[in-house]
Amino acid sequence: MAETHSLQDMRPQAAVAAKVFIQRDYTNGTVCQFQTKFPSELETRIDKQQFEETVRMLNNLYAEAEKLGSQSYIEGCLACLTAYTVFLCMETHYEKMLKKIAKYIQEQNDKIYAPRGLLLTDPIERGLRVIEVTIFEDRSLTR
Amino acid sequence: MHLGVSESMRECEYSQISTRSSTPMETPYKKRTPKKRKWEAFPGRNKFYCDGRIMMAKQTGVFYLTLVLILVTCGLFFTFDCPYLAQQLTPIIPVIGGVLFLFVLGTLLRTSFSDPGVLPRATSDEAADLERQIDVANGSTGYRPPPRTKEVVINGQTVKLKYCFTCKIFRPPRASHCSLCDNCVERFDHHCPWVGNCVGRRNYRFFYMFILSLSFLTIFIFAFVITHIILSSHRNGFLKALKDSPVVVCFFSVWSIVGLSGFHTYLISSNQTTNEDIKGSWSSKRGKDNYNPYSHGNIFTNCCAALCGPLPPSLIDRRGFVQSDTPQLASPTNGITMYGATQSQQSHMCDQDQCIQSTKFVLQAAATPLLQQQSSEPVILTASPENGVSLPGRTSLALGGPCTSLPLGQPTPPTSTPSLSCHEATDIHPLQEPVAHHHFLTPEEVPSPPGMLHCGSPLGHSHTVQAGFYNPASQDSLHEDSVRGLVKLSSV
Repeated sequence: MAETHSLQDMRPQAAVAAKVFIQRDYTNGTVCQFQTKFPSELETRIDKQQFEETVRMLNNLYAEAEKLGSQSYIEGCLACLTAYTVFLCMETHYEKMLKKIAKYIQEQNDKIYAPRGLLLTDPIERGLRVIEVTIFEDRSLTR
Repeated sequence: MHLGVSESMRECEYSQISTRSSTPMETPYKKRTPKKRKWEAFPGRNKFYCDGRIMMAKQTGVFYLTLVLILVTCGLFFTFDCPYLAQQLTPIIPVIGGVLFLFVLGTLLRTSFSDPGVLPRATSDEAADLERQIDVANGSTGYRPPPRTKEVVINGQTVKLKYCFTCKIFRPPRASHCSLCDNCVERFDHHCPWVGNCVGRRNYRFFYMFILSLSFLTIFIFAFVITHIILSSHRNGFLKALKDSPVVVCFFSVWSIVGLSGFHTYLISSNQTTNEDIKGSWSSKRGKDNYNPYSHGNIFTNCCAALCGPLPPSLIDRRGFVQSDTPQLASPTNGITMYGATQSQQSHMCDQDQCIQSTKFVLQAAATPLLQQQSSEPVILTASPENGVSLPGRTSLALGGPCTSLPLGQPTPPTSTPSLSCHEATDIHPLQEPVAHHHFLTPEEVPSPPGMLHCGSPLGHSHTVQAGFYNPASQDSLHEDSVRGLVKLSSV
């Protein structure tokens, strides 16, 4: 397989122009949701619809991770009965969803954001406080 | 593609870069320094064991006392009462006792050793961005202290989100800063010294099951010890029977533990934290329309959510490795600056050191233009914007001010910096008295028990005076005053 690139590898070369932070949206309580408001700094770089779609998808994934449904209850009761030793061999639903989210962000970065000189940082690396969007300097325009 | 570094920057911005030639500087750097785990660089006041797997508060003495009490009581029970009871009544008694004992121990250790839901502190970029937003929102005439609260409407209730000066974030709803552990904790319930840890979102269910099972265990032991005494007093006499059993410890702990379990059962069923209950945040006494926006409506759902809901993973990556420096910004075009001392790896500096450093910087900055100032305007101690006099409105920042990392990178004029707490003995002193008392009790800064007071209290005794108050008679007196201020402040 050919060497894949990622913006993380080339960070030392490309200069970071700015960082935009998408804050949390607490209107529905303490559930992890991010604001879908389109930041003005990204206007020149990416389509508003595209960006809002990404954030909305992330919000859905986080909502599913924290959902109180029969699956989470069963998992909780099972864990309690086995004195939480069941998690030595099994992943919690939340962890599975976080992996899914990481994959989704990687995929979005590769397909949509990297070609536009942007990089989304997984919110879990920022304590689920913000979605950090790194804007790289667009030197292709200054050739 | 094999490109040199400079060429790759111009042409192949977003294309493949060979990893072999890409980072000549980074790879050897990484090999030179041994990798540190993140828990070793953790800024809070926690203790870590087993290479970051176990996380506890700093003071763990009472936790060991809890362990000893439980072990000794159960040990005595199993040694002295169980053989008799197993013989006289049924051998199931020690079995049930054993199961309960193991469950109690398991939940206790799980509560004590796990991450309660600590929120990691903001990175320097985030903090800078927030500061910038607050300044912009405040307007350019920033003599009023920036309102470090955000209001948000949750399910119809207005909730105020406070800004945490230590962690440099706006705290999510229900989060609180524990002054003992020096961390913001999600859904903060309380700091329990008996467990040696905070009780928060991630370990509340273990805590509840611990006190519930402990209540059952103490009632169980108490009941069967009484049974043993009664049965054996028929034969041997009451006093001898009493000597052989650990009744006393059980008797006192039963009522307190059972009471605590009852209280937490109530909290769970109404989906409140101890913090909220003590403050009466959602009590109907505050207003007719005051209700708990987090409650799911009925008791059953609330209980299920608290005890069987999804368990969120730890947000602080304790066992991960510390990354080398995050990329520096190309140029501070948007006013985004990097704080010199606030890289995550350098957060070893305790807040007091940061206070002192930033205060020194501000004093120096304040001193310089004043030396150049020739006009000696009379010092007016009322709302005069030029002097930046400390007003009651400003004082709410006074407590928090020195504890923030003041924007070192921004060349702010001295009069717009937050008031500093310098102990100065001048004739303005008497006038400052009412102000000082007032700001010590500013409602915004009188926190619930786990508040920011640990930062504020040493400074509460000093008076809010800015270096620029004094009519600079001469360069020497100003220097003298600054030095005196520094000495007093650093001795706090």
